[in-house]
Amino acid sequence: MSVLVYIESPEGKIKKSGHEVATYAAKTAQILGTEAIGLLIGQAENAAQLGEYGLGRILQIHPSENPDFDAKSWAKLISEVALAQNASVVILTHSANGKSMAGRIAVRLEAGCISGASSLPDPGTSFAVSKSVFSGKAKVNYQIQTSTKVISLMGNTLQPEKTGGPGTVEVLDKKLDTPSVKVVSRQTSTGIVPLPEAELVVSAGRGLKGPENWGIIEDLAQSLGATTACSRPVADSGWRPHHEHVGQTGVAIRPNLYIAAGISGAIQHLAGVNNSKVIVVINKDPEAPFFKAADFGVIGDAFEVVPRLTAAIRKFKQG
Amino acid sequence: MNILVCISKTPDTTSKISFKNNDTEFNAEGITFILNPYDEWYALVRALELVESGGGKVTVLNMGDATNDMIIRKALALGAHEAVRIDGDPADAFTVADNIAAYCKTQMPDAIFLGKETIDFNGSEVGPMLAELLDIPFISYVNHLEQSNGSTQLTREIEGGTETCEVAGPFVLSAAKGLAEQRIPNMKGIMMAKTKPLQVIPALSGTARVTASRFTLPPAKSGVRLVSPDNMDELVRLLHEEAKVI
Ligand SMILES: Cc1cc2nc3c(=O)[nH]c(=O)nc-3n(C[C@H](O)[C@H](O)[C@H](O)COP(=O)(O)OP(=O)(O)OC[C@H]3O[C@@H](n4cnc5c(N)ncnc54)[C@H](O)[C@@H]3O)c2cc1C
Ligand SMILES: Nc1ncnc2c1ncn2[C@@H]1O[C@H](COP(=O)(O)O)[C@@H](O)[C@H]1O
Repeated sequence: MSVLVYIESPEGKIKKSGHEVATYAAKTAQILGTEAIGLLIGQAENAAQLGEYGLGRILQIHPSENPDFDAKSWAKLISEVALAQNASVVILTHSANGKSMAGRIAVRLEAGCISGASSLPDPGTSFAVSKSVFSGKAKVNYQIQTSTKVISLMGNTLQPEKTGGPGTVEVLDKKLDTPSVKVVSRQTSTGIVPLPEAELVVSAGRGLKGPENWGIIEDLAQSLGATTACSRPVADSGWRPHHEHVGQTGVAIRPNLYIAAGISGAIQHLAGVNNSKVIVVINKDPEAPFFKAADFGVIGDAFEVVPRLTAAIRKFKQG
Repeated sequence: MNILVCISKTPDTTSKISFKNNDTEFNAEGITFILNPYDEWYALVRALELVESGGGKVTVLNMGDATNDMIIRKALALGAHEAVRIDGDPADAFTVADNIAAYCKTQMPDAIFLGKETIDFNGSEVGPMLAELLDIPFISYVNHLEQSNGSTQLTREIEGGTETCEVAGPFVLSAAKGLAEQRIPNMKGIMMAKTKPLQVIPALSGTARVTASRFTLPPAKSGVRLVSPDNMDELVRLLHEEAKVI
């Protein structure tokens, strides 16, 4: 028996979310009294460092290439490794690629699948894992009834934890099948932490009046090293790019800090952000529903409050 | 092109969520159900556009009981040509995927469109499972799709950006915002929907692999702490010393 964790290495780099799943796998293995094995597909800088997060062994396939993603052939390869390693649990990141593979791997391994898990398995009665449902309005404890389990882990569920020294990387003599889709191009913004992974988020709504006023929001985000987000009407009006739209029909996030300026706090907006650890609301209307969901509130004009907050943060950072 | 669009029924986005039977079951009392927004606004509308310009038909499929017929009629009113309901309990994602796959094996469509996720259980699981059962490609969170010379170009959302890929032959996609613009059904569509075929077929027998044991509502916030708009140093102090998030 073992726990197999697939660790993403986009452009050859392992990100914090990779260290999170490694830690999650190590802890799951400990609960089950077995070992955690890491799997890499493609290049990965500092692969041996994964051992520090508690992975007994690290396997790598295509170590000197950066193969393009294809859910079908990648899921097949991961499933084959899972079978060869006698894995009873397969863990993935709840990312675009992880989500595309979890269900496929579950079918191949005849496993039950939980996508977006937000707790370690409870070994008590049966393998129970909790996740957020109804767009963040509730949580559920799921039990997986099959002997093999597939889990994709929600970002920011636990902090990476170093428990040991570096591991050894073993290159497997296996290959991806010919891909079923051909990747033509990729456009990613560099330097900014993508919203689903961001720990700090600064968001604004229609209260900002127009796209020309976003400078103060970007300044605040920059002072914190935060990622920017917006409400749906803001994205729908083309003031901000679609990928910044958070909420029930946008991105669901769970940062440590969510600052919302000029957003009323409609139920569909809250659905995507109410898993944030701490919420700060800046709104000139004391009756804005968002204050009910907030930890800290500032009743005031965003055009005055936001620049003041930015200045206060800069002062604090300078120390 | 014949496109199968898988549609599901979810609580309206403004619903207040509650549970019953010792928090083991969703309480549907007083809840208005709607066609899952991703299925309706993006998957179905893009499928209709493709068929309007290139010929073929759009079939909508739902697994569930007869109370789902109202969301099926909505999809027909929006322009889908025919509908199939697999009469059974959509107990978990695998059950749904297994049943849809069995249907597809009798009538293989050229493409299968799903929503990115259902807004109640937020699984994003049915699509990849269905694609694996049919052994065909799956492309997640598609926000743009074009067709030329027998191949399809799709743009999918990835962390911090997008990826564009090409696929030939049948595939499964899940639809995200941007793939199409929401349509409103018109009177003619609503009238015509009443006469369009809705085929009801029995479900396979099977057991759920994943079961819900308990639902919980998030703890209520203890109440907002107001900070004076003139004292942002105090807010920074609270965020640093008490909330420990900066
Ligand atoms: C099916 C469905 C799905 C939806 N999904 C989403 C979703 O995913 N995400 C989402 O965000 N919305 C979603 N919505 C829309 C949602 O219902 C709200 O309409 C939307 O969130 C409101 O955006 P807003 O708060 O920016 O604007 P408004 O509601 O117009 O609020 C603006 C706020 O700014 C405040 N304000 C104005 N001027 C100032 C100032 N100078 N300083 C400070 N505050 C100021 C006002 O007091 C007000 O509270 C959805 C709606 C539906 C029907
Ligand atoms: N009962 C169902 N019948 C038909 N299609 C469904 C059903 N449940 C989910 N789907 C489809 O699968 C998608 C993803 O659902 P999920 O994996 O549950 O998040 C939905 O957007 C629908 O397109």
